[in-house]
Amino acid sequence: MHVFQTLRGRTRARLRATPRDLVFEGLSAFTALSVVGLLVLITVILYLAAAESIRTYGFGFLSGSVWDSVSQRFGAAPFIYGMLVTSALALLLGVPVSLGIAIFLSELSPPWLRIPLTFIVELLAAVPSVVYGLWGIFVLGPAMRVYIEPGVQAVLGFLPPFQGHPIGSDVFTAGVILAIMIIPTISAVSREALLAVPDSQREAALSLGATRWETTRLGVLRYARAGIFGAAILGLGRAVGETMAVTMTIGNRAAFFGSLFEPGQTIASQIASRWLDAVPPLELGALIQLGLVLMLVSLFINLFARLMVGRFLRVGEGAE
Amino acid sequence: MKFPVDRDTRRRWFDFIMSGATLLCVALALLPLGSILFEALVRGAPALTPTFLTQSSLMGGIANAIQGTVVLIGLTALVALPVGILTGIYLSEYGKNRLGGIVRLFVDVMTQTPSIVVGIFAYSFIFELSLLGFFPPPLVFSVISAVIALATIMIPIVARTSEEAMRLVPTSAREAALALGIPRYRAILRVVLPSCASALVTGALLGIARVGGETAPLIMTAAWNNDFFNGLNQPIAALPTQVYRFAVSPSLAENRAAWGASLILVLLMLSISIASRAVIRMRAVRR
Repeated sequence: MHVFQTLRGRTRARLRATPRDLVFEGLSAFTALSVVGLLVLITVILYLAAAESIRTYGFGFLSGSVWDSVSQRFGAAPFIYGMLVTSALALLLGVPVSLGIAIFLSELSPPWLRIPLTFIVELLAAVPSVVYGLWGIFVLGPAMRVYIEPGVQAVLGFLPPFQGHPIGSDVFTAGVILAIMIIPTISAVSREALLAVPDSQREAALSLGATRWETTRLGVLRYARAGIFGAAILGLGRAVGETMAVTMTIGNRAAFFGSLFEPGQTIASQIASRWLDAVPPLELGALIQLGLVLMLVSLFINLFARLMVGRFLRVGEGAE
Repeated sequence: MKFPVDRDTRRRWFDFIMSGATLLCVALALLPLGSILFEALVRGAPALTPTFLTQSSLMGGIANAIQGTVVLIGLTALVALPVGILTGIYLSEYGKNRLGGIVRLFVDVMTQTPSIVVGIFAYSFIFELSLLGFFPPPLVFSVISAVIALATIMIPIVARTSEEAMRLVPTSAREAALALGIPRYRAILRVVLPSCASALVTGALLGIARVGGETAPLIMTAAWNNDFFNGLNQPIAALPTQVYRFAVSPSLAENRAAWGASLILVLLMLSISIASRAVIRMRAVRR
């Protein structure tokens, strides 16, 4: 694949790099390294810009539960909590649906339907986040308030997370929007995982008399489970960083919530909704420190996902 | 037949039900997409009057936002395409070593960095530089700062897609060029790049589609402008930020305008996505 590197010995000597070659290679290497440097620069700049806030609040920032620009007390706990709850809700709703889509597209769909359906599901990812937010405010939010949330309450209302008066612009709505937004990511990656399962797995199950579903469950899903898990983690990575759609639907209240039908705030939505009104320097610094926390969380999630998906893909390649 | 039906019938029914459930999942995903497109069309189309499309937001239009999005996409592409493609060249042609692996990992991580973090970065970067005396402080809300944010988002996408594109060029093409005595850099520029041109275009379109819809980093760096583009050091309007402002406004007329602006934005983004597909299809047909 990399002929320029695989040529050895005499051939290589004859193809000795000209000065221009060295310049070009150096230029491309320099550019590539500066992209790496950009990520380092992002981290350094965020740290510098948040330095004063970090000095003032330290690690207590993570457990502080008040965000008050008058008394200059800033804590991240309600937003970390909001981020965890909305992302968990998004995964809970989004993963089964995405998995169903992936199974349909890779195992069950008639061949002529496969390409157009895959494309249409991917179009969900092409809709800008702010349009999801607009739709969340004027279409999904009212529908949640009038139909879906009372319906959920009628069934699960005895549980504390589903009590209170549904308002439509709350944590539950934000979770549903997030679930919709991560479906294209999770279904695309898990479809890849299912497609990479060798056909011998399916043939073996079918020859034992398994039905199509049993074949999928025993022969395909079990084989691809690491890839599916990685897909879900990638979806989680998208969910924690998603900003506009959440900002526009979650209700923007900087406090803990006991019920999913109350307004809340995630890290990203707190930054976006406070940014232009933030009181410099401390509140702005605290928002940047929030951004630093978000960046580290997403870095951790994505490295983990890559580890999972990467390992799976190698296994898939080997088996084929 | 007794009620606990025999095992095979039960298995067949279960198979049928689960197949139906997966089909239901597809329908569940298409429902929001259909609803978004339908609502944008029904609520947005009446807003699209000639005034709305040709006047700036001072006069109740979105022409300045459309212009702003085009300016931002153009400037971002100008920065991000060369940097991204050069990085892709390094990864595909020179990067089969440990350093290449590290670069690839970093680029991958960067494609997943939340865009709001990138917005904070661009803002803080300009701010810290202005503390050092490089820029006047108001520059934090400007075209320059917005392009820094958008390019940071676009570069890793272009780098990865162009790497993938160049990897698909068969080794024999490189060998043939080298056998003719062409230096490596010319082999890359004149043989490898042209033979994957359509895939490079697809990657560029994907990157453009991604930054064209970005909102959060623009709110933090480009802020708003009610007028047309008036300088690289000034705030600038853009379609996504305009949709956001109209959407959260208490005025019903502006809420309607939000649907009009989002219809334009959605059509723009969907046509870029579809165009990137069409480029792939064209290549497939030509082969």
